[in-house]
This record gives sequence, structure tokens and C-alpha cells, in this order.
Amino acid sequence: MFWRVAFSIAAAQLTHRRRQTVVSVLGVALGVGFFIGVSSIMSGSEKDFVDRLVNSSPHITVKDEFRHPAKQPVFIRFPKAAVKLENVKPREYLRGIKNYGEKVEELSKRPGYIAEAALTGQAIVRYANKDVSASLIGIDPSKEKLLTKVAEDMREGSLERLRTASDGIVIGSGMSTRLSLKLGDLATVVSPAGLVKRMKVVGIFHTGNLLLDEGQIYMLLKDAQVLLDKPFIANQLRIKVPDPNQAEAIAAGLEARWGYRSESWQEVNRDILGLFIIRNAIMYSIVSAIMIVASFGIFNIISTVVLEKRRDIAILMSMGFREADIQYIFLMQGFLVGVLGMLMGWAIGWGLLGILGQVKFNVPGMADRQGFVLDWGIFQWAVGGAFSLIAAIGAAWIPARKAAQVQPVDIIRGAV
Amino acid sequence: MGAARLQEGVLVEARNVTRILDLAVPVRLVHDIDLKVESGEFVTITGPSGSGKSSLLYLLGLLDVPSEGEVLIGGQTTAGLSSNELAALRLSRLGFVFQFHFLLPEFSVLHNVALPMRRLGRLSEKELTERGLALLDRLGIADQAEKMPDQLSGGQRQRVAIARSLGNDPHIILADEPTGNLDTKNSEVVRDIFRRLAEEEGRTIIAVTHEPAFAEAAMRNVHLVDGEIVSDTKHG
Repeated sequence: MFWRVAFSIAAAQLTHRRRQTVVSVLGVALGVGFFIGVSSIMSGSEKDFVDRLVNSSPHITVKDEFRHPAKQPVFIRFPKAAVKLENVKPREYLRGIKNYGEKVEELSKRPGYIAEAALTGQAIVRYANKDVSASLIGIDPSKEKLLTKVAEDMREGSLERLRTASDGIVIGSGMSTRLSLKLGDLATVVSPAGLVKRMKVVGIFHTGNLLLDEGQIYMLLKDAQVLLDKPFIANQLRIKVPDPNQAEAIAAGLEARWGYRSESWQEVNRDILGLFIIRNAIMYSIVSAIMIVASFGIFNIISTVVLEKRRDIAILMSMGFREADIQYIFLMQGFLVGVLGMLMGWAIGWGLLGILGQVKFNVPGMADRQGFVLDWGIFQWAVGGAFSLIAAIGAAWIPARKAAQVQPVDIIRGAV
Repeated sequence: MGAARLQEGVLVEARNVTRILDLAVPVRLVHDIDLKVESGEFVTITGPSGSGKSSLLYLLGLLDVPSEGEVLIGGQTTAGLSSNELAALRLSRLGFVFQFHFLLPEFSVLHNVALPMRRLGRLSEKELTERGLALLDRLGIADQAEKMPDQLSGGQRQRVAIARSLGNDPHIILADEPTGNLDTKNSEVVRDIFRRLAEEEGRTIIAVTHEPAFAEAAMRNVHLVDGEIVSDTKHG
């Protein structure tokens, strides 16, 4: 019941100083609004980016490499001995993942997993007297379209046609332009193994990533094995797992089991993910700064009210209001400013997102994206609201305590 | 209008009360006061300015705490009570009227009168509105209930302040120069109100005043000089 009395007094005193109240509410509201706007862009672009990372590439790539060179037998035999070997060359071994077919089969049996064996290598694509070097990858089209977004990025032809056409390749839009190579044309593909093949363009993709569009070509795994002269060899297992966030742990498990270097998408993009953390830290410090400035506004108005209302405080105390009641009344004022600021901030944030959603711009190199990717999730609204309430109540704390310390006798004596 | 429950005997008592302001040079406000006020008495405290009469009133009203001695309300000592306990006593058993009306300017007259009742929380919203209106009616200002304090004359405001002090039906009304800001006619009205509160309702009234007419209206007069009681006279 008492909160109603406190509320009516708090509200009356705030409305009495309407202009100051509006200014401090606006301060909080702008802080909340901008936080929501900025946070929405930040987390939207982060999610979009991570999404693209996760969806456009396998979650885990197992490579036919080892993280550490194999130990020499002498070190294994005498682990604690002081042995030094000079001029030891690493052992030459047959490249490729052993029994890849079996491994793919086993992984594919796990629920939600998609696994594909692939062979990567270098090649030169030659057409009409022009050469472009390319990284080629031999794949299984039916699985590749589940592993990456290349099937969605097809402009002409399709990935599936690799299976029906003999000696087909899929190239990027950039390469197509540079070589004037069109769908259905026959290009010459030259491999480092010295093999030359005439291959038919059965698809052209466009990802927006210049490197891929100019330099990536797809073909069937068996064609790649022939071209690179590596029959029955695959040097990559490309895996998609049900929960991308688990990829790192799963990769570590696979590496421990098979010994092959297994890279999760997190490991490959560690630098970028680190950047996001820094970016978020920067955003939160800026928002905190705004809220600190806003809370000074609240501190200011409530201090003024406390000073101005010392008589009222004294009479309330003489009436029998407790010190805690008085403190409560002024904390309530902070709370009211915080709640108003929060609601208004949400409105500002909503408007801001509406405007930001309309903004279009051209970024060189980013072929398709021409606007902010906004995150409309509830998280930033909640954080913004919490920010405003904490700032407002925190700012009201000191003046409220001061109000509670008013000695009614001093005031009443002075007022006479 | 529930008359104050009469309580026989000494209602307010000061025992050896001394109050010293702990400043750089300590100031003695009142010294070794012994005073007993019976239930239903109308006592005025007079004295030259600076004699400590207001200080004594604040001590009796539990707004201030004595440096030495103790104040008893209804035979119970208040020494050692926490500020919350003192506030609770003020809320339920004491009513204050000051020289300045101290009405909250943002609230209507009725709302001001209802504040102590709301804080005590014993009455429903409907009951305390009724009670507030009845109190205003008894003081002859029921028609002003919905007005704001700054729309009232000085005499009316002081009557609102008295109505407010009666909200929780206190046994004891403490008044500090209640007519100090009023003209003769309004002073008379306020004085009559206090007398009626004592005589008709049996409330105990302790009022500080410098007006001889006010002091004469009371049943008993305590005169203070330099923080000490120099005379304590009862009128018929």
C-alpha cells in the first residue's frame, strides 16, 4: 500500500519540475535508443557474418596433414635422453586420407551429420589463349550442396549437372568474365601433374567473394583424381555437424582419433571472432558512457528536488514517515525516470531500426549486400532497458540517501 | 468523529531533559526540564525568543532526542527507541501543527489531509476520504477540499494543517506558534479550535506561543527562560 503513497508523491514532485524531468528522461531515452540501434547493427552483422561463415563452408575440415611432425624413433624409444639429430628430413609419406570412404560412411551414419570426401589442388584454366590459375576441388555434388551455399549461388547451369555431363566443371562468374568462358564452352584444364583435360562448363556461380568467383572451380571427385593424378585419394573430409557451436570439440575428437589435422570453422576464423568480441566491448563502453552522462542528468534533477523539497521531507518525517520511506520516495523518482526513459528509448530504438532498415549503400568488394542486417532479437531491448533502470536507480541513490538524512528539526526551525 | 480515547493520568512526561546542540561551541537549548502533562490538558509554553520553548516542544514530540534525561509518552519511555520506532509513535499518537502550514503544494487539500492516514494504512481509500472530509467540515473548510493549498488564505491553510494533524486520531497535538502567521481574527478561530479539541474531545494539547491571548485560552501555562521552567501556572 505504501508504494502508492510514495508513487503519488514521487510523481507529483517530478511533474512539478516538468522541463528538467523531460530532459533527464530524454537523456536516458537517447542512451537506450542508440544502444538498441547500434547493438542491432552490430549483432545483426555479426550474426549475418557468422551465419555466412557457418553455412557457406563445412563446419569441420579434416586435412591429410598432421599438426606436428612425426617423432623420430629414437625419441620415442628414449623419451628422456639427451639426443640430438642433425639434418633429419621429415618422412615422406603418401598424401591423402587413408580409407576415406569408410570414414565418410561412418560420419554420415551419425544423426545430423553430412560428410564428404574431397580432393583439392591447383590447376590452370585455359581458354581462348588466356590462362587463369585456379584452385580446384573435386566433390560430390549431392553432398556439396548441403555443405556449402554454392548450389544457391549458381547463376547459370547447376552443380548437379556435373554428374550427368562427362568432364564437367563449374566456374565462378569472375573467371567466366576474364576468360569469356560461357556455359557450355569447352575449357582446357592443366594440372601440375602435367595432365591436360578438355572440360565443359556446366555451371557458373557468383558468391560476391572475388577470390572465389575468379579462382575456384568445382568438378567431380573422380575427375579431380584423374586430373591431379591421384587415383583413389582424397585429401579432405568436409563435415557438417548438427550444432555448429559444437564443431570445435568434435574436431578435436576427430583429430585425437585419426591424427589428421581437423579444423573447425571457429579455429579457421579465430581472428574474426576475436574482432567481434573487441567490437562488442567497444560498443558496450560507448553505451555505458552515454548512460553515465544520462545518469548525471537524473542525479541532477533528483538532487535538485531533494534540496527544494527539504520542507516537505521535514513535514513528512514529523508526520511519522520513516527515513526509509523518504529514501523510497526519491528512489521511486529515479525509477520513474528510468522506466519512462526505457519506454521512450524503446520507441526511439524502434524508429531508429526502421530508418536503418531503409538505408542502402554500396560497399566496394561487397557485391550484393547493400544495407544493414539488423537483429530484431529481444536481447538488446532487454539490455537497454536494464541499463536505463540501473543507471536511473543508481543515480537516485545518493540524493535519496541525502533526503533520508534530513533532520526535520533543523528545517522546521529554519523555516520559521 | 471518534473522540480521542481518554487515557487517565500523565500522558506526556519529560524527566530531567537536557538538550545540548553539539556545535563547535556547544549550545544548551533546554536544561533539566521536568514536566508532566495530564491527559486532556491544554498547555501553552511561553517565553522570550531563544528561551528553548520550540526545542522543548520538538523533544516532547519525539522530533528531537534529548542529550540527557528521557521523554515518556503514555508512561512508556522513548529513550533508546530507533528512529523508525519514534516515527511510528509520531504517526499514530502525535499530531503536529507548525507556524508555517507545510502543506505539500502539489497535492489538493483533501490529499494533504489524507497523507498521514494513508501512511498508517489502517483505513480504506473510501474511509479515509470520508474521514478527511469530515475533519475539514469540522474545521469549517469542507468546501475547500478539492482546492490546491496556494488557492487558500493563510487562516484556511492553517486549519487544513490542523485537520491533517488529526488524521490518525492522535491523543496529543503539538503546536509550534500555530497563530504566528495569522491575523487577529484567524488567530481567534485557531485558538477556539484548539480549545474545542481539548474541552470537547479530551485531546491533550501542548502549544508554543508568544501571544498572551492564546496563553490565556489554555488551562495551564509553562513559562521558560533560558531553557529552564521558571513558572507553571494553572488557570481555572
